[in-house]
Amino acid sequence: MSKKYETVIGLEVHVELATKTKIFCACSTAFGSAPNTHTCPVCTGMPGSLPVLNKKVVEYAMAVGLAANCKIHQYCKFDRKNYFYPDNPQNYQISQLYLPICYDGGIEIETEEGKKTIGIHEIHMEEDAGKLVHDDWEAVSLVDYNRSGVPLIEIVSEPDMRSAKEVIAYLDKLRMMIQYLGASDCKMQEGSMRADVNLSVREEGSQEFGTRTEMKNIGSLKAIARAIEAETARQIDLLESGGKVVQETRRWNDEEGYSYTMRSKEDAQDYRYFPEPDLVPIVISDQWVQQIKDSQPELRDEKQKRYVSEFGLPEYDAKILTSSKKLADLFEATVALCKMPKKVSNWLMGETMRLLREHEMEPEELSFAPEHLAKLIALADAGTINGTVAKEVFEKVFAKNMDPEQYVQEHGLKTVHDEGAIRETICRVIKENPQSVADYQGGKEKALGFLVGQTMKAMKGKANPGMVNQILKEML
Amino acid sequence: MKLLSLTAVELGNKIRAGEVTAEEAALEAFDAIDRTENQVHSFVTIDREGALERAREVQKKIMEGSLMGPLAGVPVAIKDNLCTKGMLTTCSSKILYNFIPTYTAQAVQNLEKAGAVIVGKTNMDEFAMGSTTETSAYGVTRNPWNLEHVPGGSSGGSCAAVAAEEVSFALGSDTGGSIRQPSSYCGVTGLKPTYGTVSRYGLIAYGSSLDQIGPIAKDVTDCAAILEVITSYDQKDSTSMKRKDTDFTHALVDDVKGMKIGIPGDYLGQGLEEEVKEAILAAAKVLKERGAMVEEFDLSLVDYAIPAYYVIAAAEASSNLERFDGVKYGYRTKEYEGLHNMYKKSRSEGFGTEVKRRIMLGSFVLSSGYYDAYYLKALRTKALIKQAFDKAFEKYDVILGPVAPTTAPKIGDSLCDPLKMYLGDIYTVSVNLAGLPGISVPCGLDAKGLPISLQLIGDCFQEKKIIQAAYAYEQTRPYQHCPMA
Repeated sequence: MSKKYETVIGLEVHVELATKTKIFCACSTAFGSAPNTHTCPVCTGMPGSLPVLNKKVVEYAMAVGLAANCKIHQYCKFDRKNYFYPDNPQNYQISQLYLPICYDGGIEIETEEGKKTIGIHEIHMEEDAGKLVHDDWEAVSLVDYNRSGVPLIEIVSEPDMRSAKEVIAYLDKLRMMIQYLGASDCKMQEGSMRADVNLSVREEGSQEFGTRTEMKNIGSLKAIARAIEAETARQIDLLESGGKVVQETRRWNDEEGYSYTMRSKEDAQDYRYFPEPDLVPIVISDQWVQQIKDSQPELRDEKQKRYVSEFGLPEYDAKILTSSKKLADLFEATVALCKMPKKVSNWLMGETMRLLREHEMEPEELSFAPEHLAKLIALADAGTINGTVAKEVFEKVFAKNMDPEQYVQEHGLKTVHDEGAIRETICRVIKENPQSVADYQGGKEKALGFLVGQTMKAMKGKANPGMVNQILKEML
Repeated sequence: MKLLSLTAVELGNKIRAGEVTAEEAALEAFDAIDRTENQVHSFVTIDREGALERAREVQKKIMEGSLMGPLAGVPVAIKDNLCTKGMLTTCSSKILYNFIPTYTAQAVQNLEKAGAVIVGKTNMDEFAMGSTTETSAYGVTRNPWNLEHVPGGSSGGSCAAVAAEEVSFALGSDTGGSIRQPSSYCGVTGLKPTYGTVSRYGLIAYGSSLDQIGPIAKDVTDCAAILEVITSYDQKDSTSMKRKDTDFTHALVDDVKGMKIGIPGDYLGQGLEEEVKEAILAAAKVLKERGAMVEEFDLSLVDYAIPAYYVIAAAEASSNLERFDGVKYGYRTKEYEGLHNMYKKSRSEGFGTEVKRRIMLGSFVLSSGYYDAYYLKALRTKALIKQAFDKAFEKYDVILGPVAPTTAPKIGDSLCDPLKMYLGDIYTVSVNLAGLPGISVPCGLDAKGLPISLQLIGDCFQEKKIIQAAYAYEQTRPYQHCPMA
């Protein structure tokens, strides 16, 4: 390859909002129910039905927009996007084209190359479509309208990203921000966050954009990275071999690691957008904007700073703990109970993370109560249980949300501080392990560890390890 | 006694006074239907058993004293674009030939709550697109005054049913004149309320930003009483308005002294049939003699109303009618290959010519490259027309004019020249574009014996003013029953 190329990427991110009811009717948004059980005349497009806007959708959209430093169109409207497809019961989608609720913002991302701001072109509100279920046995397709009318926001970035790393950093930042706001759970696997990638390449240093393609159907962050690499390579190959990139929509197949043409620009549909006449314009007062601003929760960056200043945590700890809202919430709740921030941080960053990895779980899935972690820390801190026992008990807390006090009580796990009992056990251990004793006395320090271990084992791990160490040395 | 020759309010009074029962009224309606329906064909669906059962229920409640309203026990017909739970609702289209709604339109629910007895669903132009009720997939409705003539449209079935005295009153819908024009052709009274007054929930949309449901009856008193019942603020309709001044019957005052009435000179020009013009001016003279101040003025922009209306209504219709695709309900073609073929064939076979024409027109004006030139320009025109009316209402309480340039044309004359048919809407469409209330009141007959009506237009939320003017005029001219009834 003679020329050097630069990849230019912009993203369209769809996020399902966490409202209890749909955007234009009172049906539930709950996931995973029997088909067509959360439906009504409105979300199934029955003749004569009319949409009524769910106010919460506007508030979530504004909250995300404000967090992404967007301006708010305080007079905004919905538009109809017309296209025929059976998952869309009215054959038009109510969306926003002309006056999207948020516009002209940006968020800061950080990669190895430093900090950078990714511009947000706009955020608009729209309704989700239903789901087609293809029955291969009967050669028919069925439609489930449970998802029809679930509220979405579409976050459209500027073409400001230059690599898969930046894209992932941007998506991570966005996800975290929206989770912190409580506006969505942003689970890519379940489809509550979906990203379409607009990508073009150009010669490094060029000011003009190349022809872009849009890739759809990308299901995870890893798949996004793979899709970006493959599409960049495909476009560069095309250009290098004297070809041209065609403006088109492509469908990514992650198993094959390849994308296929869905439709070209020529086939692009004319959506015949026009203002939705069944909804009145949304007029957002200054007061309403202020109210949303005032009720914005602390976002990750602020939280991270506060953990350092208020709790004296190392920056590294603060970064990890705030990487998930669930983890941060757990941290703060536990600290409030036991007042030992560094110890809480250690438990969360150490054992909790280890167990999460072991069970292939996400922090969002943590289910133990902060009270139980606080009690466990208190037990260990008071020396009621030793470190080894504490880890064992924590596994029960993690897996079953067990009350550690009760568990320690029931299983007799309290540390033995009784010097007589310890001495007695050590006498036996010394007698049974003459070789190790000789080794130690011959100058092999390591042998001491073995003897400590044997003592602890004999006492079922419950002995006070400091006392064991001290008495053993003395007796040897 | 001919109960159906009474007004709805008169019949309601008799029922509440115990002189007749709701069931007797319903039976008489069905007698009239049996007599005239094969000539007039006002109905798409007649629900004899349901209505009689309902009449007995209502009668019980009247006797218990739990139903006291003016319409309790009175037989009514509903235009077939208003959803009625469990009762076929076709919009007079083949594409909804089997559609039975799971819910009832809010305005109809309000009527049911007031004890009105629904006898059936009336014929209309397919999806309310037309001015003659000839575009129905279920056959034409004929004008009871002269069976060779159209009843007007699109609420032709409702107006014919009232004129032929098959029912005491009816509901219609008005997007560009669809209540007022057929009321005029059939010699009955029809009122189109201010946009947002009657909930559109359950009205199968034609032009959503223009559609309003309204009453069709013999006289102004009925219209005021019916409007009072069907008006409601409805959270299910985002364009519904919270109004306080909905005691419309309080405006039934026989007094126009000092009322300022403007007649747009532009409404009396070219195209207006001489006989219609004379009748309108004679009515204006009557109002003047009764103490109103009447003068001509220049409304302006009249020529732009028709193109703006047809662009906006067709654009909205092209989108509103997308849901009729053969997937979820209604007509699906018998044989097809794949999804798109199914869509195409179902819609090609399910929709009639006029509906297809407007879908094409609407799709065209919304397509990229034409949107600004047509749709946006039409929206701007709409805003200017509203401004012209605002200016007029600074000076006048009501505006008086014709409803239509002619009396009812002969069956078959209109559809061969759709453009001419569209131009017939010239005096009614701007009222919808500006969201204003308008009422059509009979004021004479032409040489052929066909009814002529005048139109009174009020400012937004000023139904009471037009009701008062119409009522005062009506006191000078008794209701003229159609010879057939």
